[in-house]
Amino acid sequence: MGMSYIFLFFMIFLVVAALIAVHTKDLLSAVICVGAIGFGGSLMFLFLRAPDIAITQIAVEVLGLVILIRATISRDKTFISGDREFFGIVVSVALLFAISVVGLKAFDELPEFGTPVFVVAGETQENIASQDYIEQSLSKTGAANVVAAVILDFRAYDTLGEATVLFTSILGAVVILRKKARNLPEAAP
Amino acid sequence: MKGMTIIVKTVSSWVKVLIFLFGIYITIFGHLTPGGGFAGGVILACSYILLMLAFGREFAEKNLSLPVVSKLDCVGALFFAAIALFGLIYGAAGFFYNFLHQEIQAGKVEALDLYSAGTIPFSNIAICLKVAASLFMIVLLLSIFRADSSAGEEE
Repeated sequence: MGMSYIFLFFMIFLVVAALIAVHTKDLLSAVICVGAIGFGGSLMFLFLRAPDIAITQIAVEVLGLVILIRATISRDKTFISGDREFFGIVVSVALLFAISVVGLKAFDELPEFGTPVFVVAGETQENIASQDYIEQSLSKTGAANVVAAVILDFRAYDTLGEATVLFTSILGAVVILRKKARNLPEAAP
Repeated sequence: MKGMTIIVKTVSSWVKVLIFLFGIYITIFGHLTPGGGFAGGVILACSYILLMLAFGREFAEKNLSLPVVSKLDCVGALFFAAIALFGLIYGAAGFFYNFLHQEIQAGKVEALDLYSAGTIPFSNIAICLKVAASLFMIVLLLSIFRADSSAGEEE
């Protein structure tokens, strides 16, 4: 029960950071608040005993995002002006409240923490695939880190797909952000 | 962008080596400790982005130019695909067969060694190369793009 109070604290921290990120006028402060959101999420993953994803989250979201935005927008206008519409705020707050209520109901329906749910059809609760991964990862692949064994051996095909997605997106970004434009033929007047 | 003050330059020239080393550690020990190719690659890219922020874009481009980065990206992707195909050739058991793991089962390599998990460390290194190159390339390209567009507006 003590764990859920930690998560409640982190959730309140995340909500406050998100509100500050939305309402601040300075763009750099907003970026730092987004970094704080990533830091809170990373700490939540750490308390959920997922250090792999916590390391990745803190590297991408805190360092990567903040440094990327700092490196790319340093000379632009960093102050936001203008007021928000009252109707928009009311609608978004009502929508968020409704989603929170439904989400709290949904959290009660979730399986208990630590219970594997990856059950292949036809197998009983004692003989499920995720339990096999935990028990046989060291003897079958030699990797002490079960996450590495799953993403690079048992399910390496998924990782190949992710690498392909990353490669394709980088290819698209390189094409769009070319240094010099392609020589277009002279447009007819 | 010619870089920041002398304090930032001095501190980042000390720290960049440690960050780079930490990224390599996270990658190579990915099959034994938490971490892996993706996190290690992001940390490696962050060390170069720190270099770029502190010393200016031209300095970072002189160290690791855009053609080299794009070639590293392709090498990482090809290395990962080659590991998958070698599993098909050697093991004859299918895609991504862990064909190096037989040595460990034969007792040549101890379990929990640095070189112990067959193809998994090599996959980690390939993914690390790929992620680091692509992340650094994105930041470099965005920086070049912004410099070009702001120069175009001033004219």
